[in-house]
Amino acid sequence: MSAFVGKYAEELIKNAKYIATPGKGILAADESTGTIGKRLSSINVENIESNRQALRELLFTSPNALSCLSGVILFEETLYQKTSDGKPFVEILEENNVIPGIKVDKGTVEIAGTNGETTTQGFDSLGARCQQYYKAGARFAKWRAVLKIGPNEPSELAIQQNAQGLARYAIICQENGLVPIVEPEVLTDGPHDIKKCAAVTETVLAAVYKALNDHHVLLEGTLLKPNMVTPGSDSPKVAPEVIAQYTVTALRRTVPPAVPGIVFLSGGQSEEEATQNLDAMNKLEVLKPWTLSFSFGRALQQSTLKTWAGKKANVGKAQEAFLSRCKANSEATLGKYSGGSAGGLASESLFVKGYKY
Amino acid sequence: MSYFISKYADELAKNAAYIGTPGKGILAADESTGTIGKRLSSINVENIEENRRALRELLFTAPGALQYLSGVILFEETLYQKTASGKPFVDVLKEGGVLPGIKVDKGTVELNGTNRETFTQGLDGLAQRCQKYYEAGARFAKWRAVLKISANEPTELAIQENANGLAMYAAICQQCGLVPIVEPEILVDGSHDIQKCAAVTERVLATCYKALNDHHVMLEGTLLKPNMVTPGSDSPKVAPDVIAEYTVRALQRTVPAAVPAIVFLSGGQSEEEATLNLNAMNKLQTKKPWSLSFSFGRALQQSTLKTWAGKEENVKKAQDALLVRCKANSEATLGTYKGDAELCEGAAESLHVKDYKY
Repeated sequence: MSAFVGKYAEELIKNAKYIATPGKGILAADESTGTIGKRLSSINVENIESNRQALRELLFTSPNALSCLSGVILFEETLYQKTSDGKPFVEILEENNVIPGIKVDKGTVEIAGTNGETTTQGFDSLGARCQQYYKAGARFAKWRAVLKIGPNEPSELAIQQNAQGLARYAIICQENGLVPIVEPEVLTDGPHDIKKCAAVTETVLAAVYKALNDHHVLLEGTLLKPNMVTPGSDSPKVAPEVIAQYTVTALRRTVPPAVPGIVFLSGGQSEEEATQNLDAMNKLEVLKPWTLSFSFGRALQQSTLKTWAGKKANVGKAQEAFLSRCKANSEATLGKYSGGSAGGLASESLFVKGYKY
Repeated sequence: MSYFISKYADELAKNAAYIGTPGKGILAADESTGTIGKRLSSINVENIEENRRALRELLFTAPGALQYLSGVILFEETLYQKTASGKPFVDVLKEGGVLPGIKVDKGTVELNGTNRETFTQGLDGLAQRCQKYYEAGARFAKWRAVLKISANEPTELAIQENANGLAMYAAICQQCGLVPIVEPEILVDGSHDIQKCAAVTERVLATCYKALNDHHVMLEGTLLKPNMVTPGSDSPKVAPDVIAEYTVRALQRTVPAAVPAIVFLSGGQSEEEATLNLNAMNKLQTKKPWSLSFSFGRALQQSTLKTWAGKEENVKKAQDALLVRCKANSEATLGTYKGDAELCEGAAESLHVKDYKY
């Protein structure tokens, strides 16, 4: 085969397929310490370990929410944390048929000679780290590559560098039993129209899948986490049906059928926007050989965070808010979302210009 | 690909989808003058225009055959030929619901410094030629790239050159209203096993689709004509189910869903083998977002040719033989072929010729 078939091949295929179960999706709760700090400070909560632990406990013990999820992406610290009763988070997830995942990249750095384009770090000892994470219960990983649209961007250098990085990360994961989520995010920042985003997304995805093939990655044991195809942040918005049409067309033109599932990132979209767009895609009457689901961070947690505001007394209500978003997105993966779960908070845009994780 | 701009966009998508209609496939009747000469001489028929015309008339007027075809690939000479009663072949095909296609490449030449690997010629003036062919009624085109498996082959150079050639050809066709059939044939010659063929096929197809993307080709308006994934010609044969599994998996790993149909070449397979393999693929219960059909030359015409033997009195029997193969392959595209096609003399005969040159 072109693909590397190591000792974990069957397990990788099984886990990737499970994560892509219709009706389920991923909670991206892998904010690094710095990033979660920004979230906590937005609700006036101190960025200390016990608060980070409390937030994640709130999410993972939300009654009935886990049944809407097939996976949760964790930051390294969280992988080893426990509930206040002393139960490892990983166990809670596993008992509820939610696969623990782990963010393995170490952020982005600028590529010299470009206009602020970046590449992603994290290769040093990546194999050994993956082995450790596997032992701790992780069964999938995530690595975020970032590209931007500008007059001369993304450059061929940035596209190649990020595609190669994703491919190398992916094969190392597979060698060590982790399903790699391949995330080539094309940022929404800019005044470009949806056609431009579509063209760039197609070019980027084509380069990514060529690189994955070059590196012998087993596609059946991977997932894709792309941006949706939308107008730039400085451009007029369009209807969910339009976003759905452009997004699914782009994916049909580039993502081989062997990939079991596509789990969208939410970028700067509001909770409600992200859900409606996902729903529109699943309602689209066109052949889609992979499932279309979510891997949302902000778009699943925003209302929950604000409702919690760091106060124990608010935990119940915050968990209800979380369940509400989980259910809405679960329905959206089936094209059955009927809207109406949008409170004021859920419609708030989460776009931050030049967002740095 | 979102960079694709052509006034023919809708027409290309419509025609490509039509060619992929379940139950239909393509008759590859585009043998160049030299190649058809070899076929004719194998049945002791002189290679003159009248005989070439007579053979194609036999094929295109075979009663009941056209309903199983969505397209026929023609050589340039044939595009302008007529039946004995003066009806243009192109009209015969159109009336039968069959799209005329045209071979536009000009054969292969060796790549310097390689072990006899090749690239395909034909880009010079291609746009003008395509426009003329469109005016004459053609609605799709075909270009054959060739790669081989050996100790050090295919090389990265050969893969890249052929992929780029296919992509340039495809882009030009689309600008002129012709649906390009993309044909990256990996020859069956060799002693390699099926895994090797699979690995090479996946690598070649991945390179082709990257090149098509680079050249802004609209995939919805293309077709793919690949080899099936099989053991090498000097290796033990395997069952159709095995060929089906390896072939479809290779395609799942490389061919985007936007491509409406995949029309296999038959290579050196016998008529019956090719049909059984195609049938097994269509029976396979797995993700297949493109239809799987045929674009057969030898594997549709072999029995017909032998039965005809160049004699007027054999035309009807020869046409019956063609109908048998067309119907069998039509069923194979639906996974309903029962292997019970009346085997004419030669239907089970291998058509493999070592190091075959078209």
